[in-house]
Amino acid sequence: MKSTRPAPDLSKPRLTTSAMIASIASEGQRTKPAPFGHALVELARHRPEIVGMTADLGKYTDLHIFAKEFPDRYYQMGMAEQLLFGAASGLAAEGFMPFATTYAVFASRRAYDFIHQTIAEEDRNVKIVCALPGLTSGYGPSHQAAEDLALMRAMPNMTVIDPCDAHEIEQVVPAMAAHQGPVYMRLLRGQVPLVLDEYDYKFELGKAKLLRDGRDVLMISSGLMTMRALEAAKALSDDRVDVAVLHVPTIKPLDAETILREAGRSGRLVVVAENHTLIGGLGEAVAGVLMRSGVHVPFRQIGIPDEFLDAGALPTLHDRYGISLSEVARQVKGWLT
Amino acid sequence: MDTATNRLVNAPTLAQRAYNIRRHALRMGEVQGQGYIAQALDISDVLATAYFHAMRYRPEDPTWEERDRFLLSNGHYAIALYAALIEAGIVPEAELETYGSDDSRLPMSGMASYTPGMEMSGGSLGLGLSIAVGMGLGLKRKKSSSRVYTLFSDGELDEGSVWEAISSASHYKLDNLIGIVDVNNQQADGPSTQVMSFEPLVDRLEAFGWFVQRVDGNDLDAVVAAFDAAKMLEAPKPRMIVADTLMGKGVPFLEQREKNHFIRVEPYEWQLAIAALDAGRP
Repeated sequence: MKSTRPAPDLSKPRLTTSAMIASIASEGQRTKPAPFGHALVELARHRPEIVGMTADLGKYTDLHIFAKEFPDRYYQMGMAEQLLFGAASGLAAEGFMPFATTYAVFASRRAYDFIHQTIAEEDRNVKIVCALPGLTSGYGPSHQAAEDLALMRAMPNMTVIDPCDAHEIEQVVPAMAAHQGPVYMRLLRGQVPLVLDEYDYKFELGKAKLLRDGRDVLMISSGLMTMRALEAAKALSDDRVDVAVLHVPTIKPLDAETILREAGRSGRLVVVAENHTLIGGLGEAVAGVLMRSGVHVPFRQIGIPDEFLDAGALPTLHDRYGISLSEVARQVKGWLT
Repeated sequence: MDTATNRLVNAPTLAQRAYNIRRHALRMGEVQGQGYIAQALDISDVLATAYFHAMRYRPEDPTWEERDRFLLSNGHYAIALYAALIEAGIVPEAELETYGSDDSRLPMSGMASYTPGMEMSGGSLGLGLSIAVGMGLGLKRKKSSSRVYTLFSDGELDEGSVWEAISSASHYKLDNLIGIVDVNNQQADGPSTQVMSFEPLVDRLEAFGWFVQRVDGNDLDAVVAAFDAAKMLEAPKPRMIVADTLMGKGVPFLEQREKNHFIRVEPYEWQLAIAALDAGRP
């Protein structure tokens, strides 16, 4: 295909793609380093069946912390994602609990059949932990997993979790281990924002939690979009718009009961916000729950459009595709007028 | 129990086991009116050797921790493995007549969740060796002396994942893995060597760090010797047996039939095939 992009305006200042794995923390935000890696090490101390596996992305999925602590329980499988998940199935068959890490694109797209057939179909106890979920890389579509939730929630037996911050990831790790069966977790790695500790929040597998109440809008969100929703709710309160935020970290199984209870409270605009394509993710899952139960409410979706995303700086892309703080607030306000 | 099996003495020879496996497979093929019967006939000598010479298992306890694992990567060979599992006493012979039927534990393609003694779900090709690598690593972690046998087909050599697994098995020095590749030179679109050439296979596998033996997979003595050598080897390497086989082996008119991935057998021919097999009964 011929390039169809216009030559850039060289006189204008521009942000650069900071790295393949840009930080999602905003400037000055409180963060915690590598919450997954540290939580896994803590858990593995008294769970000897836990092993770590990766496909040449140990350092980039915070699994290097586990590898350093438990070198003999760590398996480097090389840049071979099909092997990674097939071998994880084999280790699980022998009674171990593999935490297998890679990027979300490689698990959900490249190795889909291996996860489907060797792990999900046999209900093997493999924990799949994937960095760069949704739009968290400016590297281009090769590393932008806009559709990982749609793919993973379509797979029988798979539990799907999209945590918001470091506080939550620390709790998700033991909860994944306590659950018997395959789990897919979206990973935020490196310096991970710390948000939910201010909300007296506790993660429970399969439970949605109301983080703040509000009369005008109910935002339903998962992953880093819950952080955006909370920020947007604060910003909108200055405009006297009262926004509730319902955090839904477990995408599957979905907490239909809580979603129906909150959405069923009349008079509120319901907005689902997700770091994912509008196709097949949390938004359509919530819409399905509402429609099947006869709950008819004003309903809007915030998420990534159905297109191959641009390369560029992450803040630019989050603005461009409508999932930055300012864009979330602007869209919600627009729907209210 | 059918009369032919009944007449056998207490300790059947391997040749008799192989014959029984072929006969169980033909009877299942007759039930369904189809099946990958030519492959089942070609691999029966290998399966007889695995189940009645090489492997450690308890028929009454198919998940016994100390068993050797057997992975059927080429799930469409399920009819052959069911025949071996029946012969081994893991699956009751009475279930043979349910093959491929609704609610059967013996579906057309092998799946772990259906059948006692089936260790993986195949169907999608190229999965088995990756699972074997994980099992091999797991068994070593447990300091188990069990081995992982993986049967796969020459067509699966087209799959990149097979070579990912082959690389990693030697990287991790998995001397508890024994792979068996069935070279019958037939896959869905034609002769395997024409669909995508894989020779010189022994050289390729040796270059990847495996201990490799190539044998006539229908010569029981040679197959037994290959399994023995694979088990006895001291070198810290994974082991591969390249088994050249003849599709339809044991039923002369099927051996001579035009080679196809899925050979056609007319309804009246199943009894003829069983009779032809019986004529050569060991």
